[in-house]
Amino acid sequence: MARYIVRRVLLSIVTLWLLATIVFLMTWVLPSDPARLILGAQAPEQSVAAFRLRVGLDDSFFAQYFRLIKGLVTFDFGHSWKYETYEVWDYLRTPLAKTSKLAIIAMIITAPISILAGLIAAKFRDRKLDRGIVLVGLAASSIPEFVTGALLAVVFGLKLEWFEPVYSTEAEKLSLWGQLSYLMLPALALALAYFGYIARMMRAGTIRALDSDYVRTATMKGLSSTQVMSRHVLRNAAAPTITVMSVQIGYLVSGIIGVELVFNYPGFSRVLLDAAIDGDLPVLQVAVIVSALIYMVATLMADLLIAWLNPRARLELGAS
Amino acid sequence: MTITTSTLALDIKDLELAYVVRGINRPVLRGVSFSIKPGEAYGLVGESGCGKSTTAYAALRYMPRNGVITGGHILVDGDDITAMNRNQLREFRMHKASMVYQDPGTALNPTLKISKQLVEAFTILGQSRDHAHASAIAALQRVQIADPDRVMGRYPHQLSGGMLQRVVIAMALACDPKLLVLDEPTTGLDATVEAEVLDLVRNLRSETGAAILLIAHNLGVIRSMCDRVGVMYAGKIVEEGDASEVFDGPKHPYTVGLLRSLPRRGMHKRHAALATIPGSLPVLGSDLPTCVYVDRCPIVSDVCRNEVPPIAQLSSGHYTRCHHPDQVAKIDDLVPANLRDAGDQTVLQMEVSKTFRQSGHDVPALVGVNLSLTDGETLGLVGESGSGKTTLAKAILGVHAGDAGSRLTLDQHELASKITKRSTDDKRAMQIIFQNPDSALNASWTVRNILQRSVRKLTGKNKIDADARVAILAEHLRLSPRHLDMKPSQLSGGLKQRVAIARAFAGDPRIVVCDEPTSALDVSVQAAILNLLAELQSEQRTSYVFISHDLGVVRYLADRIAVMYLGRIMEVGTTDQIFGGVNHPYTEALLSAVPNLDGAPSRRIKLAGEIPSPANPPSGCVFHPRCPRAIAGLCETAEPPVVEVSVGHAIRCHIPPAELRALQSAN
Repeated sequence: MARYIVRRVLLSIVTLWLLATIVFLMTWVLPSDPARLILGAQAPEQSVAAFRLRVGLDDSFFAQYFRLIKGLVTFDFGHSWKYETYEVWDYLRTPLAKTSKLAIIAMIITAPISILAGLIAAKFRDRKLDRGIVLVGLAASSIPEFVTGALLAVVFGLKLEWFEPVYSTEAEKLSLWGQLSYLMLPALALALAYFGYIARMMRAGTIRALDSDYVRTATMKGLSSTQVMSRHVLRNAAAPTITVMSVQIGYLVSGIIGVELVFNYPGFSRVLLDAAIDGDLPVLQVAVIVSALIYMVATLMADLLIAWLNPRARLELGAS
Repeated sequence: MTITTSTLALDIKDLELAYVVRGINRPVLRGVSFSIKPGEAYGLVGESGCGKSTTAYAALRYMPRNGVITGGHILVDGDDITAMNRNQLREFRMHKASMVYQDPGTALNPTLKISKQLVEAFTILGQSRDHAHASAIAALQRVQIADPDRVMGRYPHQLSGGMLQRVVIAMALACDPKLLVLDEPTTGLDATVEAEVLDLVRNLRSETGAAILLIAHNLGVIRSMCDRVGVMYAGKIVEEGDASEVFDGPKHPYTVGLLRSLPRRGMHKRHAALATIPGSLPVLGSDLPTCVYVDRCPIVSDVCRNEVPPIAQLSSGHYTRCHHPDQVAKIDDLVPANLRDAGDQTVLQMEVSKTFRQSGHDVPALVGVNLSLTDGETLGLVGESGSGKTTLAKAILGVHAGDAGSRLTLDQHELASKITKRSTDDKRAMQIIFQNPDSALNASWTVRNILQRSVRKLTGKNKIDADARVAILAEHLRLSPRHLDMKPSQLSGGLKQRVAIARAFAGDPRIVVCDEPTSALDVSVQAAILNLLAELQSEQRTSYVFISHDLGVVRYLADRIAVMYLGRIMEVGTTDQIFGGVNHPYTEALLSAVPNLDGAPSRRIKLAGEIPSPANPPSGCVFHPRCPRAIAGLCETAEPPVVEVSVGHAIRCHIPPAELRALQSAN
């Protein structure tokens, strides 16, 4: 197992290096001049040239590439180009924390509900309850989260006034409990979007376990259906769901731009988007790598969790 | 009701059971009635789809999700389980009846240790955790597991099939059941392991007094285990009686057909073709004719088509549902065969060793295997799982390249060890038929496409010529043109295997490796496939390497047999030599493990333990730790020589043949 983890970590480092290289190449071949983007179309030619010289844009391809790699290795990413007083990491830290907070709340809401819904759907397979859950899940995950977000904001924010319809910096003065009022609607929008995926995975995994021979054995032993579920089905049904959730956690951190825009939430996706638009290359590069890193950690955790639950998966890990 | 019925362990009365398919009831069991007395063993036989497993599961009222009981009653130990509510049923399963399943590997939860699963069987009976743990250890000892503590700490995938089946049996006996249902408990196990598990069940039966309902497609197993048997066909019991009466004097044409389609002791393809049952079982849920067997019956008459056959009572407890029980004796027994003998021209000469590397260790899978194959000859390969049969087949086909020094000579020229380096001609010359045609044929192609592609790949024919060749192949294998446009999933198991055979024969092969080609098939279908293989061989002079764990089948089809153990050839000889005379102790044990169909008591030679890991082979003779005749001081130190007993018959053993003969005839 330890050997496996070491291998995975080494593999992740290689992947990150490849990713950094690809990101660098992409920014290199971009037709627009980042210095021009940062300073604006009106800026005089000398200031653009001075900026290029200052940040090293005129250096050779390899010099710039090694600067990026060196920065990544030493965790010294330099300063943002757009907001030159900020170091890249300090600039990214707050939005990353904010988004993580939102993602965690969304997961706390959606995971238990959708796992339970999947279990119930599987238990009542092909009956009305199952059809209902599958349909709701499908509908919830096929509507883009910014549409549900907007709907939620209108209904629960503006009409019913249960929660705050948009985020405001006011929230940051409040305790976490107080912030919930601001975070609830964006988190719900995300939770709804993921409900469908997780519930469907859980349903499929549970059905496969319910149809298995060992569940038949357990039933024939005289176990009640609750005992069968908790002792024999859950462990076996969980693997695909865990995998899906880990992928979603990775996605939640960097891919929820729609919700962040709708609720005016100053999160990580917006920073990423802004950096891409503004040509703030150091921020963009680091942000992309950070989101990849989160994704990798989430999948590694999921694989380890699955291995812990299922000794056969453990065997595969050892063999691979 | 009466006192006698209430004492029966199982009493099934006019049971009707249907599967609901798209809202329509498809009857599966159509009035099944039989009973089992306490302590009695009852066997159900019949082809797949006849309803025997459905009946077995119904005895614990376990049905597929779409199953409904539409009539009749099931009484276990006097209680009508068809009338029970959910909790009563649970209590009933907990205390009164248990089941042992076909595949022990999937019957246990892969994510839980044996201890957890076995202890659970006792805690639900109300035992405390410690008490249940002690009971579990005792239960494992009862099923003759030598090291219960070690087994308790294992996960299912870490144990062998035989060991797992013991665990499942231990679990089933936890509640001291009145009724024990065994659904194909030894299918998929090696003959040696099968014999051990059956011995165990036999012993436990006399110990516990549980009534047994045994389902098996292997008639020898039923014969050796059961007091009474029921023969099922299309959801009905068509004949029932004492095992000896039914097997020795069958009185229903279907029973006769089943028994005759088996290669019986001493039968060989040279002497007679196997009897087959034409046609197939009626489609599930279809309307049945008056007599269920009318479409396949060789002694059918007008009365059969017009009247439902009454139950003809033959003796107490033996009945048949047939209008003409007196005429079954007239059914033709043997179909004379007209086959050419094997030639004497060597087609393939093999000298193969194969060592795998596994996490830094050498694992010798084949050690100095030296065999030859002549034209039109069938070489049978037998041995337990893990003996290297399939590895040898793969080495011959070039899937595994042999170690340096290995040589394969086909028709006087040396073959490249890897298939990727072999010429098209060499590939064409050697083909394979797999055990499971379902996974061997591309499910999304039509039969025609599958065959055409093989013909074109192997022979380089153009499309028109390939079409013609496919038509010829189909005719040879008795596939009708209608079948050519179907996909494999639309064909029955037997037809699928025919397609697989046609594929192998697409380019006139010199050698065909048959890897358990009939072990997934019913006996009547198996008979047809074996006949077909024999005929094709005789016509085309093809040589077969025939792998099977069914010694009866090997005896019927093979000209010569090689017995493998741990990657070595322990004995090789003609079929008559192997079955007729002095044997290697391993062969002797294998032969004695086969359950007899003729009911003759067999003196079984028990092998201690399981086949060792090839990664760590025993010293000296690799068989010595399990050999009942091992000579202390010699067998564990020195490798035995290969001794030629008679021309073409060689044994790898320290004991001289004369001495072996004396030991073996003493039995």
